Amino acid sequence: MKEKIYRSHVLICTGTGCVSSGSKNIKHELQDELADNNLLDEIKIVETGCHGFCEKGPIMIVYPEGVFYCQLKKEDVQEIVQEHLLKGRIVDRLLFKEPLTEESIPSYKDIDFYKKQHRIALANCGKIDPESIEEYIANNGYEAAGKALTEMTPAEIIEEVKSSGLRGRGGGGFPTGLKWEFAYKQDSDKKYVICNADEGDPGAFMDRSILEGDPHKIIEGMIICGYAIGADEGYVYVRAEYPLAIKRLQKAISNAEELGLLGDNIFSSGFNFKLNIKKGAGAFVCGEETALMASIEGKRGMPNPRPPYPAEKGLWGKPTNINNVESYANIPHIIAKGAEKFSSIGTENSKGTKVFALTGKIKNTGLVEVPMGTTLREVVFDIGGGLTEGKKFKAIQTGGPSGGCIPSNYLDLPIDYDSLLEVGAMMGSGGMVVMDDSTCMVDVARFFLSFTQSESCGKCTPCREGTKRMLEILNRICQGEGEQGDILLLEEFGHHIKETALCGLGQSAPNPVLSTIKYFKKEYESHIYDKRCPAGVCSELSAAFVINKEECVGCGQCVKVCPVDAVIRDKEENYSIDDNLCISCGACAQKCPVDAIKQG
Amino acid sequence: MVCNCTYEESTKYLEPLQEILKNYQTIEKNLVPILQDVQDEYGYLPRDILSEIATYLDLSLSQVFGVVTFYSQFHLKPRGENIIRVCTGTACHVRGGSEVLEQIQEELNIKNGQTTDDLSFTLETVACIGACGLAPVIMINDETYGRMTAEKVLDVLGEYIE
Repeated sequence: MKEKIYRSHVLICTGTGCVSSGSKNIKHELQDELADNNLLDEIKIVETGCHGFCEKGPIMIVYPEGVFYCQLKKEDVQEIVQEHLLKGRIVDRLLFKEPLTEESIPSYKDIDFYKKQHRIALANCGKIDPESIEEYIANNGYEAAGKALTEMTPAEIIEEVKSSGLRGRGGGGFPTGLKWEFAYKQDSDKKYVICNADEGDPGAFMDRSILEGDPHKIIEGMIICGYAIGADEGYVYVRAEYPLAIKRLQKAISNAEELGLLGDNIFSSGFNFKLNIKKGAGAFVCGEETALMASIEGKRGMPNPRPPYPAEKGLWGKPTNINNVESYANIPHIIAKGAEKFSSIGTENSKGTKVFALTGKIKNTGLVEVPMGTTLREVVFDIGGGLTEGKKFKAIQTGGPSGGCIPSNYLDLPIDYDSLLEVGAMMGSGGMVVMDDSTCMVDVARFFLSFTQSESCGKCTPCREGTKRMLEILNRICQGEGEQGDILLLEEFGHHIKETALCGLGQSAPNPVLSTIKYFKKEYESHIYDKRCPAGVCSELSAAFVINKEECVGCGQCVKVCPVDAVIRDKEENYSIDDNLCISCGACAQKCPVDAIKQG
Repeated sequence: MVCNCTYEESTKYLEPLQEILKNYQTIEKNLVPILQDVQDEYGYLPRDILSEIATYLDLSLSQVFGVVTFYSQFHLKPRGENIIRVCTGTACHVRGGSEVLEQIQEELNIKNGQTTDDLSFTLETVACIGACGLAPVIMINDETYGRMTAEKVLDVLGEYIE
C-alpha cells in the first residue's frame, strides 16, 4: 500500500469546542476552495482532535510550516487558500496575537499557551486524525503494547509502572502500579479492566478531549494493563453526554480488531483481549468506582463500602482494575520510553505531567498539560494569559465539587497531589476555574454544594441529609437571612460528613464550603452580619449600581442591557440609575466600555 | 395492559420494542442499554413498555423502575421535539449561564424541567457539557452553542421556532 504524498497538510480541529465554533463549515469551505483551485491532489485536509485552545477556535494549522490560524470565519478560508496555500504568504491578520504585546505569532510552538506545556497524555491530540489507526501507528502507536506483550512479563510491566511513580489521574492519586499489583496477585478464572471515562466534574473535559483526539492511546493502555494483571476483557465507561467520544472510540475499537490488535492471540503472544463500551445514563456518582461497576452490571449506580476493593471483588465479583482515562493515556509512554524518563519529570511524590482544564475568568481557556510542580502562577498568568478585562485574581478553584478554592497568597504553590491537599483543595480530575473579584465565594460554595447535593445517591445518611442541611444554611446566608453561629454549624456539619460518608462523593462534598470558610471567612461574615455581598452577586444583599458621571462617555449601552429599565437619561444626556428600580444584576457594569459603573 | 387498545394496536405499538430486544441477551447487564435504545425509539419510557422489558429480563417491575428513576437521562413522561440543555457547570456559572437560562424560560414560558404544551421544546439544565472553553454553553439536541448571552440565545432559539 503506497500512501499518496501531499505538499501540505491542513489540520482542522474537530473537537467539540471548535465544532460548536463552526469548524465544520470551515472544513467544507476549504474543501470547495481547494477543489476550485485544483489543489485537492496537493493539499490534504486532516480533521484532528482537540488542540486544547478552545477559546480561540476554530483552529487551523498548516503544515509543514506549522502556522497556527485561529478564530477563523468562513470568509477567511478563501484568503488562506489564495495567499498561503497558493503563494506561500502567511495571512498575518488571522494569526494568534499575544495578549500583552499584540504581536502576531505564526508558529504555534512559540505561543506562550503551548510553549510552557509538556504533552505526554495529550501528545497526539490535535496532531493526528483520531479516526485513522494508520496515523496513530505511524506516530509509534501500539509500539508499547508490542513491546509489553512480546518482550516483557506481567511482573516486569507492573514493576515498570510502579517505578515510574504514576499516580491515578482521576483525582485520588493512588499509585497505579500498586493497584495493578493487587489485581495481578488475585487468583481468579476471570478478571476485568475498566477505564473510567465518566467525567462528571463540572469544569473538567480532559478525558473527553483524549477520547475524541487520541482514542487508540486508551485502547493501547488498557491492552497493556489487561496483559499485566491477567484480564481478557475490558470496559470503557463513557458518559452519554459525550456522543463524539463514543463514536470515535467505537471506530477505534473496530479498527484495532480488524488489525488484530484486539481479539485473540494479539501479537502472536497468546494473549486475548476484548474491549466493550458502556454508555452512562447520567449519574455523577457513577464516577465513583464501586458505583460505576454497579452501573455496568445494570443496577442503580450506588456505591458499596470498601473493602473489599475492586482488585479483590470488582465487576460481577471478579478482580478488577479501574483507572481513569488520563492514567491509561500515560501507560504507552511509560512502557515505550521507560519509567526513568517519565519519573524525571515532576516533584518528589508526584511524577509526570497533569492535564488541567483551565476555565473561568481567564484569557486563554483550554486544556493544558504541565509537569507536576508547575506553580499556579505559571498556569494562570503565563499559560492562561492572566485574567480577562484586567480584573484582579481572587481565587482558583481546583478539583471540581470535591476540591477547594485557593486564594492569591498561594499562587506560587507548586501543584502536585500533596501540596493541593495541604491547602484544603485537591487535584481531582484537574478542573481549574479562575475567579476574579466579581465572584462571590459564598455563592461559589453554594453552587458546588447544590451540585453534589442533587447528585447524592441517597444511600448513606451523612451525604443525603448532611449536604441538604448545609445547602439550606448557605441558601439562607445568600438570601440575607444568615444568623450568628451559621459558620460554626457549617464547619461542624462539614467535618462530620467528611468523616462518615460512604464514598468519595460525600467525603469530599464539604470541601468547597470548608475551604471558602477557611480563606474567605470575611465574605461569609459580611453576608451574615452586614447583610452585604461584597462581590455584588447575591442580589438580595447587593447595593444598587451607580454611574460615575466623570467617567461616563454617554454611549448608552447600559440603557439597552438593563432588564428593569432602571437607567435614566436626562435632557443633558446625563445617565443615572434609579436605585429603587435597580436589582443589582450588574449587567450595566459588565457592558460599560469605560468601567464607569460601580456598585454603590 | 393499562390502555384500551385492541390486540392489533398493541402489537403494532410493541413492534419496535421487540426489534430492540432481539439485539440483547436476557441478562441484567443489558437493562441500561435496552432502556437507552427504547427511549431513543419512543422518545420516553412508557409504563407498558417497562413491564415488557421487566418480563423479558426476568426482573421485577420495581427493579426496572428503580434503575429508570436513578439515572437522570431516563424520562417517564413524553418530551419535546427539541431538547434544550443549558449548562450550569462551574465555568458557565461564573460566566453568566443563569441569565441565559432565565432568558430561555421567559421566551418559551416554561420552567427548567418542563416541556412546552405543543411538545416542541423541553428545557433542562446539565451540570457540565464539557465545552467550558466556550462558556456559557447550551445544547439544542446534539448541537452545541457556545459564548451565549441573553441576546444571542434568542437568535439561536429562533432557528428552532417555526
